Amino acid sequence: MNNLNIKQAKEGLKNKKFSSVELTKACLGRIKKVDSKLNAFVTLTETKALEQAKLSDKAIKEGVELPLLGIPIAIKDNFSTKGIRTTASSIVLDDYIPPFDATVVEKLKSAGMVLLGKTNMDAWAHGSSTETSDYGASKNPWDIKRLPGGSSGGSAAAVAADETVAAIGSETAGSIRQPASWCGVVGLKPTYGRVSRYGVVAMGSSLDSPGPITKTVEDSAFILDILAGMDEFDATTSPNPKGKYLQNLNKDIKGVRVGISDQYFIKGIDKEVEKVVKTAIKDLEGMGAKIENINLFDPKYAIDVYTIIQRSEVSSNLARYDGIRYGFGRERFAEEAKRRIMFGTYALSSGYYDQYYNKAQQVRTEIVKDFEKAFNKVDVIIAPTSPSLALPLGATKDAAMFGEIADVLVEPSSIAGLAGINIPVGFSNLGLPVGMQIIGPQFSEALVLNVANMYELNTKNALWRSKKPNL
Amino acid sequence: MKINVSHTAKLASLPITPSEVKKFEKQLDETIDYVEELNEVNTENVEPTSQVTGLENVLRQDSAKPSLSQEEALSNAKSRYNGFFKVDAILDNE
Repeated sequence: MNNLNIKQAKEGLKNKKFSSVELTKACLGRIKKVDSKLNAFVTLTETKALEQAKLSDKAIKEGVELPLLGIPIAIKDNFSTKGIRTTASSIVLDDYIPPFDATVVEKLKSAGMVLLGKTNMDAWAHGSSTETSDYGASKNPWDIKRLPGGSSGGSAAAVAADETVAAIGSETAGSIRQPASWCGVVGLKPTYGRVSRYGVVAMGSSLDSPGPITKTVEDSAFILDILAGMDEFDATTSPNPKGKYLQNLNKDIKGVRVGISDQYFIKGIDKEVEKVVKTAIKDLEGMGAKIENINLFDPKYAIDVYTIIQRSEVSSNLARYDGIRYGFGRERFAEEAKRRIMFGTYALSSGYYDQYYNKAQQVRTEIVKDFEKAFNKVDVIIAPTSPSLALPLGATKDAAMFGEIADVLVEPSSIAGLAGINIPVGFSNLGLPVGMQIIGPQFSEALVLNVANMYELNTKNALWRSKKPNL
Repeated sequence: MKINVSHTAKLASLPITPSEVKKFEKQLDETIDYVEELNEVNTENVEPTSQVTGLENVLRQDSAKPSLSQEEALSNAKSRYNGFFKVDAILDNE
């Protein structure tokens, strides 16, 4: 039953087909069986999970109704969890036990979740592979000689391998969508400010967006319903009213204008990725969507903007790790963090600020305006999520800008703070998942989720959907 | 060489070894060259964007609320004294 999605697990619990303890044990059993191969978890909270499951079963018997009551969830290790070690996959925080919960964690707890453990990631979320994790790289469940992507690679691998019912990730530029793409699962990056960043180990503060990684689009909408909204602890959370995301699904997409840009089928893109995504776009056209070719700002500039903004903000955010209040000293930072801190320090240092950070923020304005222009013509933009399939282990070695370049197709929308989702749309000949992203304007999660869900519904009988990783 | 790695590492309080200095010099110079591609974009009279959803001056009442206890706040400190964080002296250090 560890292979169930949230909706199915809820039904099973409601109809007394199984208990939360049984469901939780099934997930823990799966983790024990396959995680030595995958390394998706940094910390497993088995005892606490079983206690929580027992409490959930009692509550269910008493008639308590909560959205996630008794449902096992895995959370990326950069979300502070009270009393549970939180490392952000860096040995600087090897023994850090937060005295408080991140808002996202607090909301999931209030909704009744059973926390299975904390998932592996690129250290400090610096990367798109999990290879920068101080606890070893995670592996892709579809081929354990390949990377799951990152930085939320552990969460994506855990969901794809049915180690958990659902997971939480965070994205600065690609860290939810890209691993979801490489692992063949659904990953939603909400609009900047839609979901609180409070208690998430900060990376690029003007970009960071927490979101769900799930088996279905419905589950994604269901979790966003729980997570979205203002938070007095994060001043950037938006007063913009949140949608009813689950309720809004299953609307006809006839006439929805879908923008396609040649610039996003970039030179060097994997031919199979291109083919599978273009087939999916044809499928959407068959469902009544209106496909329109549009011109977008060349995504190559987004690499530069993102590199400067993110590394500058990293240098500022990681300045707080001094080993005095918690964690260890700065000598424990690994190479990738050092590289980013130093580039950021340089870019922000006296005499260079205008040349780098300010220039990048100016080009950011151009990217924002360019999307605004595009969204006057179309409702959503569709593109491949990643230009490649899951790459082999070791791909990041001596590639000093691996993450920034691998995420070229997700950076522009992150820089503009837009809503975006990755959905699986098929497989390569070698059996590796292909992902497609649907991007909408800020706060268009309801629309983006609806288009994604219609694709999922209309392809639910496709042969490729029955494939499961062989572990 | 564009970046003075030893100086930058000092600014960022990062201990690095001589072999790292060499490696980072090369890699960071490459990154600097890479992002200079941005000069191709004309940004004359363009305002910079730092907050993408347009929120400004988000204010709240400045009122005291329950927070972490002293014990909780100190719970992860490696070195403490009489309920305080204990740190190395920083004056007279050089």
